Amino acid sequence: MTAILWLIPAALALGALGLAAFIWTTRSGQYDDLEGAAERILMEDDDKPIVDEDEERR
Amino acid sequence: MAALDGHGFDLREEAGAHVRAADGAGGLKSLDLAVEGARCAACIQKIEGALHKMDGVKQARLNLSTGRLAVSFQGADQRAGDFIDTLDRLGYPARPYAAGAVKESQSREEKRLLRALGVAGFAMMNVMLLSISVWAGEGEMDLATKTLLHWISGLIALPAVAYAGAPFFESGWKSLRARQVNMDVPISLAVLLACVLSVYETAMGHGEAYFDAAVMLLFFLLIGRWLDVRLRARAGQAARDLAALQARIAHRIGADGAVTAVPASDIAPGDRLLVQPGERFAVDGVVVEGEGPVDAALVTGETAPVEMTPGADAYSGMVNLSRPLTLQASAASADSLLAEIARLVEAGEQSRSKYVRYADLAARAYVPAVFAMSALTWAGWLVVGGSMHDAIMNAIAVLIITCPCAMALVAPAVQVVACGRLFKSGVLVKSGDALERLADADYALFDKTGTLTEGKPVLVNAEAISRGDLELAATLARASRHPLSRAVAAAAGPGPVAADVSEEPGGGLAAQIDEAEVRFGSAAFAGAQASGDAALDAWLSVDGRAVRFVFADRLRAHAAETIAALAGAGLPAEMLSGDRKAPVAKTAAALGLDRFSAGLKPQDKIARIDALKAEGKKPLMVGDGLNDAPALSAAHVSISMGSAADISRSAADLVIQGDHLEALPRARAVAKASKARMMENFALANLYNAVAVPLAVFGLVDPLVAAIAMSSSSIVVMLNALRLARA
Repeated sequence: MTAILWLIPAALALGALGLAAFIWTTRSGQYDDLEGAAERILMEDDDKPIVDEDEERR
Repeated sequence: MAALDGHGFDLREEAGAHVRAADGAGGLKSLDLAVEGARCAACIQKIEGALHKMDGVKQARLNLSTGRLAVSFQGADQRAGDFIDTLDRLGYPARPYAAGAVKESQSREEKRLLRALGVAGFAMMNVMLLSISVWAGEGEMDLATKTLLHWISGLIALPAVAYAGAPFFESGWKSLRARQVNMDVPISLAVLLACVLSVYETAMGHGEAYFDAAVMLLFFLLIGRWLDVRLRARAGQAARDLAALQARIAHRIGADGAVTAVPASDIAPGDRLLVQPGERFAVDGVVVEGEGPVDAALVTGETAPVEMTPGADAYSGMVNLSRPLTLQASAASADSLLAEIARLVEAGEQSRSKYVRYADLAARAYVPAVFAMSALTWAGWLVVGGSMHDAIMNAIAVLIITCPCAMALVAPAVQVVACGRLFKSGVLVKSGDALERLADADYALFDKTGTLTEGKPVLVNAEAISRGDLELAATLARASRHPLSRAVAAAAGPGPVAADVSEEPGGGLAAQIDEAEVRFGSAAFAGAQASGDAALDAWLSVDGRAVRFVFADRLRAHAAETIAALAGAGLPAEMLSGDRKAPVAKTAAALGLDRFSAGLKPQDKIARIDALKAEGKKPLMVGDGLNDAPALSAAHVSISMGSAADISRSAADLVIQGDHLEALPRARAVAKASKARMMENFALANLYNAVAVPLAVFGLVDPLVAAIAMSSSSIVVMLNALRLARA
């Protein structure tokens, strides 16, 4: 019986982790170009994620 | 007409005018380009690779879904022109694109709904996890554990409902305040009641909670809502891309006489603008200097050029043909053509807003029925001697179970699939209800110039003219932008241009070739006997000989098939044109149309539409010109060409990209199919209610039944909508 006292929070935490990841992906515009993403995996060269260099330095 | 606008030189300047300084240090500038023709990984690689190789380019990223290329670079604004040249060489025509504020707010709403969808999905899964253990432990689980699990469910569900349900609560509240009921009212009520009831039951320790039903409801509804917003955002985006593809630059003459290129949106009334030959008038105004012909096909529907003199009114969309003109931009004065058109368009849109979508129609019938059923349940239980608690419980259960989850998904699911299919075949649908109206239409009205015809003249008597004469005329004609000259140049193919061609406005072209005076132009100019018939013609005079060139506006490819196909689909066609009687009658004969009228003003076209409406018909209007805009907005449903005037494109419900007329019957077929699918979906949703409502009325619904019934009905409706994608 005591098992559910930590199992439920654990399940919730995992779910919340997934939710946070989902919200992050929408914020960073990963669904803005679904067709492009599907095609880009066919490209040979390394396709690095878009990184704003100015942002990085800050 | 496309050939007349868009010259490399203008485009380079235009691109420069759209460059903006990017945020952040380093002098980076950014530019958005709308790129045509990119379809696959190889295109992305070619485009991005070529730009990255150019000096100073920091970042080039192509969005394949929207066809937009974002470039950030260092250097002068004029570099923008080099990017366009590079893309052009690769075979991808590109135009600068001004990002609008509208897009921002739309994508914000889309992202907010997507986040709400994520939250509702998270809550649904976790609450369901707990609910399933409650259902599975039925009879074995003690009340304390059950209550604990319900409290945890509530703890997850209540904040999730507050966040994810907000779009529905807001919209429902707004409609209540306007003293109306939309679907969001029963949705909000069901969700809120389910939550309140569950909290009450859990606190009382009775042990029935509907938290799972509430969040699941929101999850499914948000899918529909998000699809709807996404669809509209995509159609809007494509419409704006079309607008970006039209020349949007003007040359302003400063106080010191210097000419600068500015985006058309920066022009204020009173500005003096220089309009070069070949350039499209960006704004309305009055000609103050210069005279010469302009192509007004988009404005009046007439194929023959119009002569401009100082004091004449010019309208955006006209194309200057041969001489530089100076224009004074005017605010749309109350009696100008454009103001009149805008007023008529507005009046048409008001009458159209009376149209009620099927979904809203269903909501109007549905909402009172549900409330009545719920009240009857409450009264019924009291009458047969049930307790007040049971009566209220069952009345609320009716409200929850009938909550129009499937009902609310019926329309958006079908419309998203149908519009997605049309989008792929080049038809833009600007609103969901446009498809409903297209399916209902039972009469078709067509504009002539630019819609059924290409809107530009072509040489029709080439076989009567000797090759030598045609060549001679072409050497003159290649120097001019006049539509008739262009038609001759096109008929002769590429070749040399005569030196020192002079062009007389309203007359024609003259040059010295081999020490002989060669003239090409009107009968009077070329010194020939006017023929007397109404055909559009020009004369070549050389060595005292005069050769007649006859021109006509050519039918678009598939025009006749389209009309036949529509007639077969229950849409008899009629032609309404602003052009003169003779060419209209000829076009009608070529198309096999016996119903047509010529010389119509915008008001006359509306009058015809109103007359049809009075007969109980639902007319479809297809047009492209400024003069068609009021008719487009007055018709039951309207379609415009991609090359149409801005105002017509915005007045129309559907836009055919690439001007492929044959897309029209296809759009109609898809609209019909989607209407059928929608009706099936309504039937399915009603079937679900026919089963679920009696259960709720007799108090047989527990949370498990509610969860299964709601999810299965929503999924069935969505699967049925998806069948459209394959048909």
